[in-house]
Amino acid sequence: MAKLRVEDLKRIKDTMAGTVNLRGGEYRVKITVHMGTCGIAAGARPIMSRFLEKIEEAGVTDIILTSSGCAGLCNHEPMITVEVKELAPVKYVNLDPEKASKIFDEHVMNNNPVPEYALSIGSETTY
Amino acid sequence: MVEIKITEDKKRDLLQIVIKDNGSGMDQEMIKKARDPFVTTRTTRRVGLGLSMLEQAAQETGGDLSIVSEAGQGTEIKATFHASHIDRKPMGDMGSSIISLIVGNPDVDFVYESDLDGEKTSLDTRMIKEELDGVTAINDPAVLRLIRDLFQSGG
Repeated sequence: MAKLRVEDLKRIKDTMAGTVNLRGGEYRVKITVHMGTCGIAAGARPIMSRFLEKIEEAGVTDIILTSSGCAGLCNHEPMITVEVKELAPVKYVNLDPEKASKIFDEHVMNNNPVPEYALSIGSETTY
Repeated sequence: MVEIKITEDKKRDLLQIVIKDNGSGMDQEMIKKARDPFVTTRTTRRVGLGLSMLEQAAQETGGDLSIVSEAGQGTEIKATFHASHIDRKPMGDMGSSIISLIVGNPDVDFVYESDLDGEKTSLDTRMIKEELDGVTAINDPAVLRLIRDLFQSGG
């Protein structure tokens, strides 16, 4: 039977020991991948996978990745919302993994939104 | 807690998906209406497609869907398919599905078990949280990568 190995979890625990983990509460950036049926059908899962890879590569712990249901603009899926604390949230549309990488590098890591992929800025907040 | 159990038995030509939770459950009136795609308890929109689409997918293979629920106790959904039916939809990427559930609901416990004609995979997020002991969260990308690897190795 395929099961997770306890030693692998212990290795992660040892690696993370002593770091300040913010995934359970406070955060600097929240990335919401819209994963309604429409989003998943349009390719939201590879977008989420790419963000997971990028967050792990960057080794940052102050970014929350989460999902939500349909945002009501199914023809624009896959969509995400990026919320940098204290700044206006940005909704990005018609994404693919390459666009997601660019958004992560420029907006999430460096606070520079990517207007060519954005639907709107400042229309939604969950603060 | 949400339990997901998937069993495929090629000898009996059966695929069964059972999803059980210990949530708020449904009263008898809601159970009768739950398969209607235009019924939902959500307030953000008027449609609730999940159960009706799952029932349709099961019935297209000659199978069916059952709902057992009690208000305040939880719900069990059982969908049965003829595994080899030409209209039986493919299983899809279960690893990504489970990861999406965990990422979107890190505070919910998930127990997943599959037995696809003898190929078994199991995952219990309660065990993962216990092992991590609060040092990092279950939605840590390194933990999610382990989960993805588990599904890629074991199906």
